[in-house]
Amino acid sequence: MKRIGIVGYSQNKIKRDAGSANEVELIMPVVHKVLETTNLTQSHIDFTCSGSCDYLQGAAFAFVEGLNAIQTYPPIKESHVEMDAAWALYESYLRILSGEAEIALVYGFGKSSPGNLDQIMSLQLDPYYVAPLSPDRVNLAGLQANSMIKAGILTREEMYLAISAASRNGLNNPNAIKIDNPSWDEYLMGEIVSSPLTKFDCSPVSDGASAMIIATEDACEKFNLSPVWIDKIGHQVDSANLGFRDLTQVKPVSDLLEKFKIDLSSIDVIESHTQFSHEVVLLSKIFNCSIEEINPSGGPLVGNVMMAAGLDAIGHTFEKLQNHSAKTGLAHAASGPCLQQNLLAYLRCDS
Amino acid sequence: MDKEQEKDYFESLISLEYNFTAGSATTRFLEAIAKGNIVGQKCPKCGAVYVPPRGSCPRDGVPTLEEIQLPDYGCIESFTVVHIPIPGNPIEPPFVSAMIRLDGANISFLHLIQEIALEDIRIGMRVKAVWKPETEWTTSLENIKWFKPTGEVDINPESLKFISS
Amino acid sequence: MIPAAVIGIGQTKYDSKRRDVSMPGLIREAIDKAIIQAGVEWQDIDAVVLGKAPDMFEGVMMPELFLADAIGAYNKPLLRVHTAGSVGGSTAIMAATHITSGQYKCVLTVSFEKQSESNATWALSPKYPYTPHINAGAGGYFAPYMREYIRRSKAPEHIGWQVAVKDRRNANLNPLAHLQIPNIDLEMVKNTPMLWEPLRYLESCPSSDGACALVIASKEVAKGKNAAWIKGMSIRSEGTLSAGRDEVNPLAGQMCAKDIYSQAGITNPLKEIDCAEIYVPFSWYEPMWLENLGFAELNQGWKFTDSGKTELSGEIPFNMSGGVLSSNPIGASGMIRFGEAALQVMGLAGEHQVDNANVAMGHAYGGAAQFFAMWIVSSHQ
Repeated sequence: MKRIGIVGYSQNKIKRDAGSANEVELIMPVVHKVLETTNLTQSHIDFTCSGSCDYLQGAAFAFVEGLNAIQTYPPIKESHVEMDAAWALYESYLRILSGEAEIALVYGFGKSSPGNLDQIMSLQLDPYYVAPLSPDRVNLAGLQANSMIKAGILTREEMYLAISAASRNGLNNPNAIKIDNPSWDEYLMGEIVSSPLTKFDCSPVSDGASAMIIATEDACEKFNLSPVWIDKIGHQVDSANLGFRDLTQVKPVSDLLEKFKIDLSSIDVIESHTQFSHEVVLLSKIFNCSIEEINPSGGPLVGNVMMAAGLDAIGHTFEKLQNHSAKTGLAHAASGPCLQQNLLAYLRCDS
Repeated sequence: MDKEQEKDYFESLISLEYNFTAGSATTRFLEAIAKGNIVGQKCPKCGAVYVPPRGSCPRDGVPTLEEIQLPDYGCIESFTVVHIPIPGNPIEPPFVSAMIRLDGANISFLHLIQEIALEDIRIGMRVKAVWKPETEWTTSLENIKWFKPTGEVDINPESLKFISS
Repeated sequence: MIPAAVIGIGQTKYDSKRRDVSMPGLIREAIDKAIIQAGVEWQDIDAVVLGKAPDMFEGVMMPELFLADAIGAYNKPLLRVHTAGSVGGSTAIMAATHITSGQYKCVLTVSFEKQSESNATWALSPKYPYTPHINAGAGGYFAPYMREYIRRSKAPEHIGWQVAVKDRRNANLNPLAHLQIPNIDLEMVKNTPMLWEPLRYLESCPSSDGACALVIASKEVAKGKNAAWIKGMSIRSEGTLSAGRDEVNPLAGQMCAKDIYSQAGITNPLKEIDCAEIYVPFSWYEPMWLENLGFAELNQGWKFTDSGKTELSGEIPFNMSGGVLSSNPIGASGMIRFGEAALQVMGLAGEHQVDNANVAMGHAYGGAAQFFAMWIVSSHQ
């Protein structure tokens, strides 16, 4: 099988509100930057794939607007997933494996500030049985956190630890949003959004965009690119029926790890797409690492651009491997209520 | 809804509110149009002039920073006579939705054509903006009520073809 | 390219309002048929790829998530494609790419739209601030380009009516088609109300509920089965607001067609392709696409229509199933084209079967005539 590597990644500084910037103005800077860092031009790209969601912008075909940021003359091979751009990466990966492309550009963008994100995300729920009850995404996350507490695998201390670690790590991430690092007492007194989750436990509403370039081994040699290999990548979806799932587990992640057959103890860096503190705890347990170790970038708790945050987890992992501060990395992307859908990418450097 | 439908159907309306953002390029265009000026943007690579601008030239994938003052006249690139109402729009059919190509611009935008019999409208016809009274101007392309024929000779539509600089 | 083949096609009955089924029910109607025709079991399916047009058509955001169980994606990889009107085609191609990548052996793909859950024209005609609100749905958007085509080609008015009649006569041979108009003729089309000049009511597509599913498999899985082998597939896009774009004869469409012909070793599409399911939501798009796809010379496409070359028994039958003009669940419309092309080469198209169809083309377009997806299928591997 041909080897495919990540050769560049770029992310806008994440903002709570990107103001008047439209899709084009969010996407264009990250695309240009990732091209610049790889010394490639848009004409070298032979497949482009993006991830975004119409409902975030509040208009059908919002992604079509985004395409105006890319060079499309002569016309390009291009596709779009209504998913986090981590899955756009997966689509690009398959396209390259099939021989359709050598170098692919992936981008994701999201602007959550214009609408009420909690309300919007509720539209993901089963419209017949669940949506009419109007739980929002934080309510459902609270449900999962409570299940974990009941099962004895989550404590408020651990949730607090996840927030402190995110806040601390975020200080070293120039694109992160600065979040409060509450004292233990402040945390306990924090405003409850949906029990047991306080506002500190939830990731901030964020605006931004990210772009990534992946290439075959041949293209890397030809264009003198330094790849971080995508050694393994896969994804899986769980049942939509929350009552049918064990919310103290993330079955797709466990199944993927089993398929990957990797030694978790040998992984240098792990970035997870965890939008709530309890999710950080849950994933760190599955990945068999400490709460302080997971998400060295700070993770989504310090910047959670919808439809890009999964790609960002992969991008942050890539950065650590590219600057040789790590040799192996595991990145996780998620979608859907209570971590329903998950993607894992195992990255590796040539030693 | 009739009785039969009521048995297995009910309407459940979804209402979401968004703060629409035009983008900084379009914002500059809108600020100009609030003063009665039409400002397009030019691609530094191919020279194409975009109006209303979105801040990019999708042909080349580059930002369009140079602003170009455009006239409020041009021609009809193509059009349709709409005979059905638009949901949520009080405008009475039939009305003409036309692709207006301003002189000096390389893309067109949709606007209304009035002050002419429907059957006399042609592709290539020269048209000019009819503005609302200045007191009613806001940051909207709706400051132009519609376009009307100028009476000049039609242009050859082939001459609208874009030639990259 | 690693070989891939369609081994099962399932379609729902298309109708304006499928009140008898929920969204999962509608989709399962198509999936179950596809899986049965493919002769595979649920556990044989390695991944599911779902496509549909804007989520606002049903008011459910990323509905594949709540549908995960109903579409059999539970515990499997699930991808969701959205490339506007071309999505059914791009979704089928994405599913086939799972096979050609060598990573999967058998993939289920499904696309759907349940437009009766919402108001599609509303979803397509949003009132944006700062601009005149005159975008009157898809027909209003595309009508000026059809007028420009008529100007360039000097095609007579009746061509549009002819396409409308031909596709609806074909639909009468397809029990799944939404529109069934037994006594359709030119007079009837001509007498229907004008909607967006030059388009009359019967020259426009309906708004439908429906789903289409395909099972796409590797050589090993397809062995011994009736199969439609994918000989070429491709996609192309161009930016909506790009200067110099020719919306009447888009370069993206021309390039996409050239790409699949070259993959399939086709040098003369008119001679080497036996029939085609082409995305024609408005009558005039038949002559426009005949030219764009290289079947006819520039400005001559309408003469094909006029002389009956695109009829079921013609030289290059277009839209044997009745096409988008007869059934249009938007998100599925592209996949229906791809699936109907497969049915033809498998010899399973029933009353609208073209005799000895060995090579067929499926085509979809979307957005502002800027997204294209196409494939060529063959009865031979």
